[in-house]
Amino acid sequence: MSASLDKGINALKQQVDASVAAFFSSCVHCGICAEACLFYTETGDPERTPINKTEPLRRIWKSEYTLMGRLGKLLGLSKKVDDKLLADWETLVYDSCTMCGRCSMVCPVGNDITLMIRKTREGMAAAGHAPEGLIGASKRSVTIGSPMGVKLPALLAQVRHVEEDSGLKVPLDVVGAEYMLLLSSMEIMNFPEFIEAIARIFDKANASWTISTEAFEATNSGIQIGVSDIAAELVQRIVDAAEKLKVKTVISPECGHAYMAIRWDGPNLVGKKFGFKVRHVLEVLDDLRQQGRLTTTGMEKGKLTYHDPCQISRRGGVIDEPRRLIDMVSDNFVEMPDHGKMNWCCGAGGGVSANERADEIRLKVFQRKKDQFDAIRPDAIVSACSNCRIHLEDGLEEYNMDIPLLSLTEMIAEHLGDDDRAGAA
Amino acid sequence: MTEIELLNWARGPGLQIATIIFVAGVVIRIIEILMLGRKPNLAEAKGSEMSAGLKTMVSRTVPDRATFKRSSFTITAGYFFHLGLFITFFMFAPHILLIRDVIGFGWPALPTPVVDAFAVITIISLLAVLVNRLTNKVMRYLTNFGDLLTWFLTLAPLVTGYIAFHRIGFTAPTLLAMHILSVELLLIVFPFTKLMHAFTLFLARWYNGAISGYRGVAS
Amino acid sequence: MTKDKIMQDEGKIRQGTLGEALNRQGVSRRSFMKYFASTASMLALPPAMLPVIARALEQARRPSVIWLSFQECTGCTESFTRAHTSTLENLIFDAISLDYHHTLQAAAGHAAEAARVAAMEENYGEYLLVVDGSIPAGNPGYSTIAGISNLDMLKEAAKGAAAIIAVGTCSTYGGIPQADPNPTGAVSVGEIIKDKPIVNVPGCPPIPVVMTGVLAHFLTFGTLPELDHLGRPKTFYGKSIHDRCYRRPFYDKGLFAETFDDEGAKKGWCLFKLGCKGPTTYNACATVKWNDGTSFPIEAGHPCIGCSEPDFWDGGGFYRALSMPTENITKTAVYTAAGAAAAGVALGAMNRAKKSASNKIHIKVTIDDLEK
Repeated sequence: MSASLDKGINALKQQVDASVAAFFSSCVHCGICAEACLFYTETGDPERTPINKTEPLRRIWKSEYTLMGRLGKLLGLSKKVDDKLLADWETLVYDSCTMCGRCSMVCPVGNDITLMIRKTREGMAAAGHAPEGLIGASKRSVTIGSPMGVKLPALLAQVRHVEEDSGLKVPLDVVGAEYMLLLSSMEIMNFPEFIEAIARIFDKANASWTISTEAFEATNSGIQIGVSDIAAELVQRIVDAAEKLKVKTVISPECGHAYMAIRWDGPNLVGKKFGFKVRHVLEVLDDLRQQGRLTTTGMEKGKLTYHDPCQISRRGGVIDEPRRLIDMVSDNFVEMPDHGKMNWCCGAGGGVSANERADEIRLKVFQRKKDQFDAIRPDAIVSACSNCRIHLEDGLEEYNMDIPLLSLTEMIAEHLGDDDRAGAA
Repeated sequence: MTEIELLNWARGPGLQIATIIFVAGVVIRIIEILMLGRKPNLAEAKGSEMSAGLKTMVSRTVPDRATFKRSSFTITAGYFFHLGLFITFFMFAPHILLIRDVIGFGWPALPTPVVDAFAVITIISLLAVLVNRLTNKVMRYLTNFGDLLTWFLTLAPLVTGYIAFHRIGFTAPTLLAMHILSVELLLIVFPFTKLMHAFTLFLARWYNGAISGYRGVAS
Repeated sequence: MTKDKIMQDEGKIRQGTLGEALNRQGVSRRSFMKYFASTASMLALPPAMLPVIARALEQARRPSVIWLSFQECTGCTESFTRAHTSTLENLIFDAISLDYHHTLQAAAGHAAEAARVAAMEENYGEYLLVVDGSIPAGNPGYSTIAGISNLDMLKEAAKGAAAIIAVGTCSTYGGIPQADPNPTGAVSVGEIIKDKPIVNVPGCPPIPVVMTGVLAHFLTFGTLPELDHLGRPKTFYGKSIHDRCYRRPFYDKGLFAETFDDEGAKKGWCLFKLGCKGPTTYNACATVKWNDGTSFPIEAGHPCIGCSEPDFWDGGGFYRALSMPTENITKTAVYTAAGAAAAGVALGAMNRAKKSASNKIHIKVTIDDLEK
């Protein structure tokens, strides 16, 4: 079994639905989507116009699902999808797009271009035109369980450190716990403080939680490469574990596409409604705050701003929760120009950071974020996605900007009030 | 064929042909789209699809500030000519007579001098739109034959209508016949081009709003 | 036919010159000059031409005129003889030798036809042929005179004519007989005769002075006046009713009468909505008017029916505005929509089948299927 053009074309055929047909019928070539995409605004390359990235899908829609297109195909007049087209489009569809969703917000005729690009990836990948980096990440995800190759022992090692540092237990494989936490490999390897933060917050809030040793990876490489079959397999592992542990809510951690994968795509990928809820960690924290189970003391010094991770805010619907949480610990919060659902992408999501070939352009488009930061000059930037954090840190370093990147969960945890249960060192 | 015969043909069989192709084309295309359907969404909803979809059908008409700043010419020129097209077609007394004859009801017209002024504004906007399309880097890259053809077919009724009203160049029946024929040409080509957006944009906007609204985001 | 030739052919003159004829009628030279002054101004000729015209007309020999009436209603003749204020139009008929006219001639039957044939022979090549009514080309038997079909009579008469004046919309463009479904196959003079100069003087009926103006031009200059692309004298048909209509300011402002007796109608607003064809009709009604300048249809509150234009009977109806279709578009749209819906559903089903098929042949993509 291997990739083939026929499989790719068939995948594109499968992807056309009423919304896709409505979108392609409506595009008037106004080019406004380009001005919403940082991969265009920071490079000036018109090929990177979002709607242009969907050309392979458009050709299939036209020649397979429209009367005139079908007639054109019969007469040999239709534009074909061939390997050359897919090869030429690879860097547009993968390297120059994070599926951030800004284009979908501005298109005057209402096209959800992001969705169309996601669907285009199905055809690209099945035809063998996905980037090497993403293929590798998918392979590792399926065979090892993590795109970064993080195995259980590595997780257990981090868990031990957290337990030592906090004096709290990190419950593993607890049947009947209310929450089952997922973690991205990024967090496990680079930001294990997140685990400690969760432990302390949940301990304080008296929330029962657990991590499954059989399915702890939140990152879904299948979503990034755009292959639903692989994404479904990865989601199924989480579903199996959640059902086995009979948890009420699965928590998606501070990772963007992980949230989209499990919260919004998940049930549709596996073809069944979940028997449990899925929430982003920020939603859970905000919920605890509302119930009075999360209290903080003290305020952050300095001016804070919040970088909205695309898949959590604009594409995920978790926009107000982080701001309510920040309000608990800051009285000097400033929004960037274009904040909330219109915030600009960091430039690394959707598989771009896993694609070494895209390193150069990824750093180039950081300029857009730099402009946002320059406009308000914050003392620290808060976010809720470790991929954004890593990449923003890279960018800030590249431009010699000394602004710390903070995790919102960790920041909240640092302001937890003292009580008799805390075994803080 | 005398010019009056041409005019009578345009007002009669010509319009019948154009109507058939236009109506058939639009209906077929819309049904083609709708019948593809969408898979039901099995994720737990955070908001209502229908109301979000309906909202976006309207709200997408207003661009957000940052986008407007970056695309101000495209957006402004676009609004001017759309508004102008609306006024010159729907608010001119002789046109409303035509509409009332076809759909059974009409509405009050705007004073003719106002419509006349808007025709000029619209023609100028369309010229500006073409210049933009040919000079803006992104638009130039995206532009194909269909874009130019539809631009021309949209401009032709405006120009021929203006000169028919002001009686410039040819004798009156010829001018009026040219105007009506240019509209018929537009109607015939309409369903095969991006002009379908006049109908499908409501579908697209609804889907957009519905998809985002399901996730609790107002798009 | 030149002026000289007219003047030199003394043998063919029956009753002397026009001047002598008018004199005999008791028309003083002063009245004579006044009449031709007004005629000249209507023909847009400069005042300096007046003496020239006068002299020419005084000296003009009375040419033979043969008036053939085919499928007509006699309205054109009625119009010309309606001149109740000025007897000068009658005088012009005395200034020509009207050798054949069904309504006005004294003779009837064989004698009338004999007079026609004699006039044609005696004035061969020089008589003016005036025609009103259309010619049934579909079946010539539909209209005959003395057993001769209109078609044959026209062709015969045209052979010896110096020029043809087609009077009334029937002879110029086919008129009411030609209206849908044109059961007689009616055609205009111009569709039969191709080798003679033809002046079209359309109108249903034409305005009297338009006719006499054309004749006066011919009598003065021996030539036909400048014609537009439809063969009509530019002086009278060069401007549309719309461009000379006194209600035009209301059109330009957008003030229309909606019914025949509403406030707008009473205020004299534009009659566009009531079906006025003024914008596409070329004639002198709005300036010269009718009944010696009394009024014209629009002034009387009725929309112009476009009677001096070809095909005016088939313009969708006198009360359908120019911007309205002439046929039932609603029915077409509804039936088309219904048929298209069925076609759309069929196509939609094909689309769904195609998608199902592609879903069926989908083989699960594994990590081993990501490279070729």
